[in-house]
Amino acid sequence: MAKIKLAKSKVEKLVEICKSFDNKGSELINVLHKAQETFGYLPAEVQETIARELNVSVAHVYGVVTFYSFFSMVPKGEFPISICMGTACYVRGAEKVLEEFKRQLNVPVGETTEDGKFSISCLRCVGACGLAPVVTVGERVYGRVSAGDVADIIKEYQK
Amino acid sequence: MEKYKMHILICGGTGCRASASEAIQNNLQEAIKAKGLDDEVQVVMTGCFGFCEKGPIVKILPDNTFYVEVKPEDAEELIEEHIVKGRKVMRLLYVDPENKEVISDSKHMGFYKKQIRIALRNCGFINPENLDEYIARDGYAALGKCLAEMTPQTVIDEIKESGLRGRGGGGFPTGLKWEFAAKNIADQKYVVCNADEGDPGAFMDRSILEGDPHSVLEAMAICAYTMGADKGLIYIRAEYPLAITRLKVAIKQAREYGLLGNDILGSGFNFDVEMRYGAGAFVCGEETALIHSMEGLRGEPTVKPPFPAESGYNGKPTNVNNVETFANIPVIINKGASWFNKIGSEKSKGTKVFALAGKINNVGLIEVPMGTTLREVIYEIGGGIKDGKKFKAVQTGGPSGGCLTEKHLDTPIDFDNLLAVGSMMGSGGMIVMDEDDCMVSMAKFYLEFTVEESCGKCTPCRVGNKRLHEILDKITLGNGTKEDLDLLRNLSNVIKDTSLCGLGQTSPNPVLSTLDNFYDEYLAHIVDHRCPAGQCKALMQYVIDPELCVGCTLCARNCPVDCISGERKEAHLIDTSKCIKCGACMEKCKFNAISIQ
Repeated sequence: MAKIKLAKSKVEKLVEICKSFDNKGSELINVLHKAQETFGYLPAEVQETIARELNVSVAHVYGVVTFYSFFSMVPKGEFPISICMGTACYVRGAEKVLEEFKRQLNVPVGETTEDGKFSISCLRCVGACGLAPVVTVGERVYGRVSAGDVADIIKEYQK
Repeated sequence: MEKYKMHILICGGTGCRASASEAIQNNLQEAIKAKGLDDEVQVVMTGCFGFCEKGPIVKILPDNTFYVEVKPEDAEELIEEHIVKGRKVMRLLYVDPENKEVISDSKHMGFYKKQIRIALRNCGFINPENLDEYIARDGYAALGKCLAEMTPQTVIDEIKESGLRGRGGGGFPTGLKWEFAAKNIADQKYVVCNADEGDPGAFMDRSILEGDPHSVLEAMAICAYTMGADKGLIYIRAEYPLAITRLKVAIKQAREYGLLGNDILGSGFNFDVEMRYGAGAFVCGEETALIHSMEGLRGEPTVKPPFPAESGYNGKPTNVNNVETFANIPVIINKGASWFNKIGSEKSKGTKVFALAGKINNVGLIEVPMGTTLREVIYEIGGGIKDGKKFKAVQTGGPSGGCLTEKHLDTPIDFDNLLAVGSMMGSGGMIVMDEDDCMVSMAKFYLEFTVEESCGKCTPCRVGNKRLHEILDKITLGNGTKEDLDLLRNLSNVIKDTSLCGLGQTSPNPVLSTLDNFYDEYLAHIVDHRCPAGQCKALMQYVIDPELCVGCTLCARNCPVDCISGERKEAHLIDTSKCIKCGACMEKCKFNAISIQ
């Protein structure tokens, strides 16, 4: 992965976050939550800084980041699209909806379009099974989505 | 609450909020204000009513009118007609799909008739962000009773006698678990609430936390009292923002009222609760993995013993229970073990909450006595299969449960019966499938999930499930052999027998149960290269019947890859080389002219 240099202000912010959890290694997951909330994702440099501050190995931080699906090492798009692949949505056709998003945006799951506008991810159950299949774009939830609705949803955000 | 003459309850569960229930709330409040009724009518956003299929739901008290599929623009009419003029808005009432009867009170609806609500008692009834409303419904009375009248041992005995078993899936007797934790002497002990609901398609824990967070806090305090703990931790999914917010509000209120903190209710008992956030790992539902995750580590399970009751969080005695288990506790203390253990079946007492979803008419959250049959749940409560299709299978127990068929419909649902027929209770997901669902694909779908969620610590689970998935994939592509079926079965049994934790020990269930119940369907894929349900893309083609096609062009206009050609009023044709098999054409066709071959 290409190295990026963290701006000084970002490093300071990270140091501050770690400090708010008393620089305790056992608070790693909480620190990562906070860091991702602040930066949107957890690139290698962020992980290195956290490891240094909490006095744990970078391998340990990386191990935790890659273990949990909530943490991401790549930035999400401006409009992150998530397709629910929970069982209830799956049996009501979520896979076809996912295929259609992938086809129309021309990116695989977990990646972001070149213009940085959209990213596609799968999620497991938002608990709105009555509306299956469900797609979320940012905070907005779309229910009973079919492959035919995909173009319209994308269009809403393309302006 | 008494100062208002009428209350309007709006479902604030995730499903209904996704359908604009907040806008409904705002519009109702504005309409009430416009009529100058602010002092007489109160609008309350509650937890989930359960009947998600018909959401958003608005209920009006005291007359118990249950409005379904309400839209923000209906708010004015509801206030004008129902509140001001006292006339029900007929078009928003529920219509029984069978006899077309209009039903205004939910207790007469097929969906609610057979339900007994213990864990969900307050969901859709109280404002979850108002502690007074919880107290008005006997809230914290059980904690008061325990602290004032009962010793830790008598509380444990009561829970043991109630027969309550862990609702997270294990089914371990809760009272016994508490007793183990109580017996271990240590300077510090912990009570943990497992709210890492990872089963896709199960959302009971979130609904309880969103609709009735205090019931869980109260139960955790009771548990802490029995085992001598003063610290509680709630491990909750970061993906549940609303539940997290409501819990935080509840914890703050409980502290203000002296129901959490030091010297609770003047008893000298201290207890407080903190939140810990999960980060999306299914395996963290397993208690040892959950504890590691709370310690800031990868959520990998460890061998038991030692059980958490001896050495759990930070090496101290820890008791972990699931949300729904906790939600039962205050009721058992208030009403008594002998009341509770009369409900349910011989070895599984009380009720169970199920998230009913899939190809069923009434998707929603239900709570039924243990021992209710699958048929009752699917046909009477669930209202049968969607679009008049044929029932094919029901999958209980989440991704590692089994697929049960027609012949199991009269099985009374409880922990032991489900195990006996090759499935399990799990946390209570219940997904209904119809004739259009391919069971080989379903097994593959579940394996995809377990492969992704396996933590990788033990080989049978990490490698074995991957191999199972590869074989299933091969079969759905039409390249399977009969030998593959034997291999599937052998490998499944090895994984079950040799995996370290519950994930691997149950993950082959979907494979084994579909092999047992749908062997012919596997054979059809292998021998005839045919997917009977018409779901496996590699084995199917969409075709237009020229006899039935009227040339309306609807399919061509909806085809995302423009592979359908034909003149207006003439039969159309699908170019199968370009078709991506998305099914959009078939969905849109009004003349049933498109079929899968």
